[in-house]
Amino acid sequence: MVAVQETIDQVKAIDVDQYKYGFVTDIESELAPKGLNEDIIRFISAKKSEPEWMLEWRLDAFRRWKTMEEPSWARVHYPKIDFEDLHYYAAPKTAEGPKNLDEVDPILLDTYKKLGIPLSEQEILAGIAPEHRIAVDAVFDSVSVATTFKEELAKAGVIFCPISEAIRDYPDLVKQYLGTVVPVTDNFYATLNSAVFSDGSFVYIPKGVRCPMELSTYFRINEQNTGQFERTLIIADEGSYVSYLEGCTAPQRDENQLHAAVVELVALEGAEIKYSTVQNWFPGDAEGKGGIYNFVTKRGDCRGDNSKIAWTQVETGSAITWKYPSCILRGDNSVGEFYSIAISNGYQQVDSGTKMIHLGKNTSSRIISKGISAGRSQNTYRGQVSAHRKAKNARNFTQCDSLLIGDQCGAHTVPYIESKNATAVFEHEATTSKISDDQMFYCLARGLNEEEAVALIVNGFVRDVIQQLPMEFAVEAQKLIGISLEGSVG
Amino acid sequence: MLEIKNLHAKVDGNEILRGVNLTVKPGEIHAIMGPNGSGKSTLSYVLSGKEDYEITEGSITYNGEDMLELGPDERAAAGMFLAFQYPIEIPGVATMTFLKTALNAQRKARGLEEMPTPEFMKLVREKAADLNVTPEMLRRPLNVGFSGGEKKRAEILQMSLLEPTLCILDETDSGLDIDALRIVSEGVNKLRSPERSMIVITHYQRLLDHIVPDVVHVLSKGRIVKTGGKELALELEKNGYADFVDEKAA
Repeated sequence: MVAVQETIDQVKAIDVDQYKYGFVTDIESELAPKGLNEDIIRFISAKKSEPEWMLEWRLDAFRRWKTMEEPSWARVHYPKIDFEDLHYYAAPKTAEGPKNLDEVDPILLDTYKKLGIPLSEQEILAGIAPEHRIAVDAVFDSVSVATTFKEELAKAGVIFCPISEAIRDYPDLVKQYLGTVVPVTDNFYATLNSAVFSDGSFVYIPKGVRCPMELSTYFRINEQNTGQFERTLIIADEGSYVSYLEGCTAPQRDENQLHAAVVELVALEGAEIKYSTVQNWFPGDAEGKGGIYNFVTKRGDCRGDNSKIAWTQVETGSAITWKYPSCILRGDNSVGEFYSIAISNGYQQVDSGTKMIHLGKNTSSRIISKGISAGRSQNTYRGQVSAHRKAKNARNFTQCDSLLIGDQCGAHTVPYIESKNATAVFEHEATTSKISDDQMFYCLARGLNEEEAVALIVNGFVRDVIQQLPMEFAVEAQKLIGISLEGSVG
Repeated sequence: MLEIKNLHAKVDGNEILRGVNLTVKPGEIHAIMGPNGSGKSTLSYVLSGKEDYEITEGSITYNGEDMLELGPDERAAAGMFLAFQYPIEIPGVATMTFLKTALNAQRKARGLEEMPTPEFMKLVREKAADLNVTPEMLRRPLNVGFSGGEKKRAEILQMSLLEPTLCILDETDSGLDIDALRIVSEGVNKLRSPERSMIVITHYQRLLDHIVPDVVHVLSKGRIVKTGGKELALELEKNGYADFVDEKAA
């Protein structure tokens, strides 16, 4: 696995550099002025050499966004965001980052060390300006590795590229699917994203193709500079399969406080999409200041019969998380799954869950949510399960467990269950527990220190979900859970 | 060597230990017997550092080190081990994972490297086989759904793996049938060595038929009221604790 990791890092390093060269001629104008208006949107669209239809799509979204209000129903509190005080377009990497690891926050470095991240990757994560980065490509022919990935995917007919590239190269596919799962006017943040999205990934798996690799490694390459308004679109054509891994287990330094991503998944007849996320954005300092606000709209559409979409997420970062990866079970016999671990510590606020919308016959869904609250954090599970009147024999099973560490945090469960079909069967189980003193003492008496004991007990608590993660993520996620909860006892 | 001097301990304002004196030399096995409520389990918890107890007087030193200054994990690293009367369930954590985490935590505290996984697996398999702990049991979450006998065998497995120098066995015989008692006792006897001391807390003589002690103490109302050889246990078996309880009450 170490070797694989090294490869990933080195590919990543080289790709970022190439990206930089793509912009090198125009470095002065890489930051759009603050504020949001139609000119800014035209600027963004022009920067990406987008076709006219895309610009119109963005402008339409922007006009609608101006009439909308920020939602306030979530159990999160934050100062009002001044949307005129943000840059909506920034260069992928400005040279203002730290010049070397000595300038990076030692707390961040300490965490990298604990996660066992190689030096070369640490520099990238810490946002060290590319020209100062250790030249790893000298010892390794990284370009050929990147090419090997691309060739292998191309051989299978899989399209995997930045969405900005897809808009230019595959306009028909993009036009056909973009905004069909998360409509432009879906919600305040999704509409904002539609107007100003910076970049993201585009995936198309052709009919009957089983994607030959987990689309993680490559994503981590692209992911570096997608900015704060990420847009991802994944289409699995009939009978295809793809597993997509998003994110990174290391905490990421980021100048942008507001993140509003949109992810759309489309599974056609008999297709299966597995989407796994590990989110570890900066949660804020000891007083809870400076953390990322993460307002994400993720939704999958099981459009065809017998299709399946599974979301697995490990959420440990961000000051505020507002996120409900959902499934629309439109096709008959389609299956939606949601496995989630949401950890909050310090002053973090999490309001997360899922929606399972049963429209087709014999559709089934399964929700396993594990929330862990520590410190002074607030952790809310908010989930909706609904059966349309035509959703004959819809089935849902929800298990929602909360674990409290300490006595200053909160766990909340807000399920919405709605059935318009008498044949639907929905089950909801929920538990709230604390790590007992007896469990702690037992572990301590065996020689574990307090942090090790908490990490072990929590890892046991979330095991059902960890098992759903792809192997390479599972190990990192377990370590991450321990690190996220440091300082939560005593 | 363990030295307990004039140990007084309270829980919820009630004084449970009222001046315990006990010295255990390396290689010795001491049995502590006594009626219900005499403070036997409290003594085992206080020795291993459970938080709920307030030490109002006295001292505990182990190999010259003041144990009252150390947390439970540090006492474990110093070589202490408590086999629980009621082992605690840790849901979702496979027994094997727990064993590995505990062993490596102690190794780390002692400045040793983590044990490589293949070596660890081999070691666990050997020790587990001796105690009739099946591979299937090692995969199950620790103590969750274990029978009484399985729980106690898992405790002794931990003990044999962690190789403590001072073992405290708190009513290890409770909830065991004759066959399980034999397996567990054999496991314990295997660990007898000139370097390792044991404190065997029990209500009944029958455990001491299997694990033969060097010294037997009678604990009553928070004090050791009588000390003798292994024959003292037999005497207690015959006459009960009534003599000691009355004596204290008088």
